[in-house]
Amino acid sequence: MEIFSNLADGFAIALTFQNLMLALLGCFLGTLMGALPGLGPANGVAILIPIAFTLGLGPTPSLILLTSVYYGAMYGGRISSILLNIPGDEPAMMTCLDGHPMALQGKAGEALALSGIASFVGSFFATWGLVLVAPQLVKIALLFGPAEYFALFTMAFATLGGVTASNQGKSAFAAALGLGIAMIGSDSQTGSERFTFGHIHLYDGIDFLIAIVGLFAISEVLIFIEHHQGGAAAKSTAKIGKLMPDFGILKRSGGTMFRSTIIGFLAGVLPGAGASLGSFLSYSVEKNTVDREGKTFGKGDPRGVIAPEVGNNAAAGGALVPMLALGVPGSGTTAVLLAVLLQLNITPGPLLFRNNPDIVWGLIAALFIANFMLLALNLPMVGLFTRVLLIPTRILMPVVAMISFVGIYGLTGSTFDVMMMVGFGFGGWGLRKLGVPLVPVILGILLGNEMEVNMRRALQISDGDWSILVGSPLAIGIWAIAIIGFVLPIFFGKKVKKSMVAGHSKEEMDEVMKGGD
Amino acid sequence: MSDRIFGFFGLALAAFYFWATSIIPDSFMIDVVGPRAFPYIVGTVLTICSLYILLRPDAEPDWPNLTNFIEIVFATAVMFLYGWALSKVGFVIATVFATAYLSWRLGTRPVGSLITGVATAAGIYVVFHLILGLSLAKGPLGF
Repeated sequence: MEIFSNLADGFAIALTFQNLMLALLGCFLGTLMGALPGLGPANGVAILIPIAFTLGLGPTPSLILLTSVYYGAMYGGRISSILLNIPGDEPAMMTCLDGHPMALQGKAGEALALSGIASFVGSFFATWGLVLVAPQLVKIALLFGPAEYFALFTMAFATLGGVTASNQGKSAFAAALGLGIAMIGSDSQTGSERFTFGHIHLYDGIDFLIAIVGLFAISEVLIFIEHHQGGAAAKSTAKIGKLMPDFGILKRSGGTMFRSTIIGFLAGVLPGAGASLGSFLSYSVEKNTVDREGKTFGKGDPRGVIAPEVGNNAAAGGALVPMLALGVPGSGTTAVLLAVLLQLNITPGPLLFRNNPDIVWGLIAALFIANFMLLALNLPMVGLFTRVLLIPTRILMPVVAMISFVGIYGLTGSTFDVMMMVGFGFGGWGLRKLGVPLVPVILGILLGNEMEVNMRRALQISDGDWSILVGSPLAIGIWAIAIIGFVLPIFFGKKVKKSMVAGHSKEEMDEVMKGGD
Repeated sequence: MSDRIFGFFGLALAAFYFWATSIIPDSFMIDVVGPRAFPYIVGTVLTICSLYILLRPDAEPDWPNLTNFIEIVFATAVMFLYGWALSKVGFVIATVFATAYLSWRLGTRPVGSLITGVATAAGIYVVFHLILGLSLAKGPLGF
C-alpha cells in the first residue's frame, strides 16, 4: 500500500521535537481563538501567518503550526456555544441548540466532554478521508489543462457563498474586486506595469497577507469599537460539573457519529458547502432519524451536541481535500490556508503531491497528531479555556490589533504596508456593513494571477481562439457546476438560511455569519 | 438607498478600472491576449454586478449613528497614525498610545487603558523581539 508508506514517511517528518511543540502550540492557540467570540479560525490563522514567517520557520513546520490552529479553532468554537449560547465561530452555531440546554441542566461538563470526543471522531475520520480521497482527486486533476483550471477557478468563486449566499450580485462583486486588486503590479507574462500609477510601493503588487489581516482582523476590531462591546463574553466562570461523559450515551451514539462523519466530510469536500453546512446537515439528518417527533432535540439531547460537532470537524478535514489536491479552497478558512502555501512558494495541486510529498504527508501526519493533542487538551483542560471567556474584549481586541501590526511590519518592514492594512480594515468594515462577503475578495486576491495565467496559457495554445475555454467535456462539466452553484442559491438560499438560524435571534446570527466560515 | 449609492460607487470604480486598463503600456514581450484582456473581463463583471446592486438593492443595512461612526473614523485614524508613527518614535512608544486609545474607546478607564498599553507594548517587545527575535520598528531611542 503506497498510502501507508507515504503516511509512515509523513510521521517520520512530523515526529520531531520542534514539530511536535509547534503542533501543541498551534492546538492550544487554535482552541483559544476558536473559543473567543469574534476570533474565528480564519482570523486566527490570518494573524499568525506573518508571525510564523518572520520567525523563519520552514514550510513544513509553518504548515503544521497553522493547520493545528485551524483544527484547534474547530474544536474551540463549541465551548462558548455550550456555556454561553454564543457560537465562538460560525460552524459552532448548531451546537448551541442542544449544548446550551444541557449546560442549563447542569450538564455543561458532560456536554463539553461529549462534544470534545465528537470533534475528535469527526476530524480523525475526516483526516483518513483526506488520506484516501485526495490522491484520487489528484489523479483526476492531472487531466486538467489551463482551460479546465480557468473553469475550476471560476467555479470556486461561483460556489463560494454556498447555498446560503444571500445576494449573489454582491458575492460576484466581491470576487471581481479581489481579482481587480490582484492585477495590480507588474504583469507576470509581459512585465507591463498595471495599475501602479508610477507608485513604487505597488510594483510588486499588494501582498495578500496585508489584505487578509486587514480585512479580517482590523475590521473585526472596528466592529467591536462600533458596538462598544468592551465587556467579557462571560460574567463569571460557569459551573462545569463533572467532566466525564456518560459511556452509555457514547456507546449508543455510534450511529450518530457514523452518519454525521460521512455527511460532514462530503459537505467539506464538495464545492460551496463548508463546515457550517456540514454541521447543519448532520444535525437535521440526525434529528429526522432518531427524533422524528421532536421530543428531545433542542432540549438538551446529547446526540444533538454530538451530531453537529462531528459534522463540522469532519467538514474541516474534508475542506482540505480540494485545497490540497486542486489548489482551490472552498471556504474562508481554507482560503487563508491557501495563503499560507502561496506565501511559502508552494503551489498546491497535483504537482505538490508529486514534487513535495514530504510536505503533504508531513502535514497529514501532523493533523493526526494534532487531533490526539486536541483531545487531550480539550477533555481535562477545558476549564482553562472556559476562563478565556472572562478576558474582556476591551483588552483583548487592542492586543489582537497590535499583534496583527507586528506580524505585518515584521514581514515587510514597511510602514506604508501597515497603513495600507488599516485602509483594508476600514474598507472591510464598510463592505461588511453593506452585506458584501469578504471571503471572495480574499480568494480573488489569492487566485487572481493564477487564474489569469491559466486563461492566457489556454489562449496561447489555441492561438487566440476563446472557444478553447469550453473546448473539452471536462471543462464544460466544470462550467455547468459553476453555473448551477451560482444560480441555485438565488432560489433556495433564503429558505435554507432561515431554517439554519431558527432558534437564534437574527442580529446575533448576522454578526456571526459575516465573520466568514 | 445605501445599496444604490454603493452601486453608483461600483460603477465609478468599474469606469476607473476600464480607464486604468486602457492605459496599460505594451511591453516588448507579447503574448496572444496581452496584459489588458483579463482586467477588461474583471471590469465587465464589476459593471454588471454594480448595475445589479443598483437596480435590486437589499434592505437598508444597520448603519451606526453619527457618534459611533465618528468613533470608527477616529479608531481608523489612530491606527493609521500608528503606522506612520512606527518609524518616527519606535515600536514601544507608538504601541503604548495606540493600544491605550483603542482600549479606552472600548470602555477601559483612562488609567487602566494606559496600563493596558504599557503592558501590551512591553509584552509584545519581550515575547516577539527579545525571545523570538522578530524585528520591530526602531525609534530614536532604540526601541
